[in-house]
Amino acid sequence: MASPHPRYASNEGVIDTAKAALGDMLIEAVEAVGEIALHVKRDALCEAMIALRDTPGLAYQQLMEIAGVDYPDRGDDRFEVVYCMLSLTRNHRLRVHVQTDAYKPVPSVTGIWPVAGWLEREVYDMYGVLFSGNADLRRILTDYGFKGHPQRKDFPLTGYTELWYSEEHKRVIYKPVKLAQDFRSFDFMSPWEGAEYILPGDEKATPQAPGAPTPLKADEVKK
Amino acid sequence: MSDLADTYETLTPDSATSPGDIEIQNYTINFGPQHPAAHGVLRLVMELDGEIVERTDPHVGLLHRGTEKLIEYKTYLQALPYFDRLDYCSPLGMEYSYVLAIEKLLGLEVPIRAQYLRVLFAELTRISNHMLNLGSHVMDVGAMTPNLWLFEIREDCLNFFERVSGARMHSAWFRPGGVHQDAPLKLLADIADWLDTRVPRLFEDAISLVADNRIFKQRNVDIAVVSKEDAIKWGFSGPMIRGSGIPWDIRRSQPYDVYDRMKFDVPVGTSGDCYDRFMVRVEEVRQSVRIMKQCLSEMPDGPIASFDRKVVPPKRGEMKRSMEALIHHFKLYTEGFHVPAGDVYVATESPKGEFGVYLVADGSNKPYRCKIRPTAFSHLQAMDFMMKGHMLADVTAVLGAMDIVFGECDR
Repeated sequence: MASPHPRYASNEGVIDTAKAALGDMLIEAVEAVGEIALHVKRDALCEAMIALRDTPGLAYQQLMEIAGVDYPDRGDDRFEVVYCMLSLTRNHRLRVHVQTDAYKPVPSVTGIWPVAGWLEREVYDMYGVLFSGNADLRRILTDYGFKGHPQRKDFPLTGYTELWYSEEHKRVIYKPVKLAQDFRSFDFMSPWEGAEYILPGDEKATPQAPGAPTPLKADEVKK
Repeated sequence: MSDLADTYETLTPDSATSPGDIEIQNYTINFGPQHPAAHGVLRLVMELDGEIVERTDPHVGLLHRGTEKLIEYKTYLQALPYFDRLDYCSPLGMEYSYVLAIEKLLGLEVPIRAQYLRVLFAELTRISNHMLNLGSHVMDVGAMTPNLWLFEIREDCLNFFERVSGARMHSAWFRPGGVHQDAPLKLLADIADWLDTRVPRLFEDAISLVADNRIFKQRNVDIAVVSKEDAIKWGFSGPMIRGSGIPWDIRRSQPYDVYDRMKFDVPVGTSGDCYDRFMVRVEEVRQSVRIMKQCLSEMPDGPIASFDRKVVPPKRGEMKRSMEALIHHFKLYTEGFHVPAGDVYVATESPKGEFGVYLVADGSNKPYRCKIRPTAFSHLQAMDFMMKGHMLADVTAVLGAMDIVFGECDR
């Protein structure tokens, strides 16, 4: 018995059908943890989505979710936009991944699924990923007049501004964040299992010299 | 007679202006953010032509708390209570997707009793959520009494949550690998008793007041009709897609835990209007009662959480006696467990629709990314086309039939 996650139709043959339908629009098809992820060329996203929706044997009619993910270590194209698709007729789920950065726009799929409008607005709001063809790319979840893209990994958890009621102005005003206590981020990673950091106070200490060499065994000693 | 009419027409043609005439333009009004029928902090900017709604622009995000960002800074277990606070009307429905996503990444088995308990309380959550929604929908269109009666049931549900988890609303009771504590036998007996006696009486009484009520039907029938094609294109799920006549229920088509052992019907609407959505929810409550009764009669004895000590902490009594258990307890509550790298999208049938979690793990003890798929986002977005051409007074009926909670929408 495996874990009790939602069980949908088998993944068998889906990658082959997708490869045939997408052709060279597909960069890579991965099957991991029981889910299929298709990495698709950014410029060909719309055609790929239409193919995924209309090809018999794929038939992903619904776009359920668009998620942004930030991988700052990847250098160029640090953002990944993930489209979670659902086939009502085949009872199957699939993800489509697209890579981009903060300047190269991703083609909008609002023409295929109007639901993408808000989902793309959210990815734009949170990551600053641009979508070409989305007529209404406003911020959605953050405050009116907010600056920055809070879900990026380099955006601090505390943010930059905070709201206060000002008795002087008789209204709510913005101020730079001032923490009464430093932001505490505990690192509980086990030092025995490959955590690579210097313990506080040890910054200036020279790296520990290797210990004395293991003594040779009696039969290894050269005489 | 006709001569007279012609004469009148020539004397006062339609284009004639008379003193006091002004040209009327569409005007824009704000609905909310503080409005009793906005179900929280929704701001609707509406363009009206007289009393006809021409355009609706929902402004969301007034309850945004950055849950997804906070989760990235917490261990997997510490992040769990955030899910209660998303849709605070159906907390266990939110936890469900998250624990299933973690279990999928870990490949963790869950004991059968824990699966039954989770299904039982997920259905109790559905009842308590629908009590709130049906009641407030009815009240939004002008009836008072059913809401009071349905809240009696909701109060009972909250008491059951308190008895099983210690908290009335923010239960934090599901755990990766099972549930936190076993449900006492007396509680299960009381739930069975409640399902047999109190729920049918109160619920059927309350619904009988509105289901065939002339005023209620005038306010809901043929309001905001959504076709099957539109429901698919706009990413509808849950009672919204079933109200439009598509028999899609994740519990049935993609069963998780022991839903594949349950016998229940999936109600669908015929015309896709607000009345259909209301009646789909009414029938879902009856089906939830059925599922809960099956759970109670079939539930076996046994462990309520996995024995994988690298994920599930040992019992407290065990911890006092065994050194190994003590170490596991300490490590799990400080460092937490590590989840192998990978990404999954797991969606369950929450009371409001498909609630999904896209979880990216990087092999550490904290989620790298946890994208929450709220049900309200796609439903509320469709507000614009659903409201077009309807009267201002229908806004509350449409909102009530959508079942939107802003904790979940804004995250």
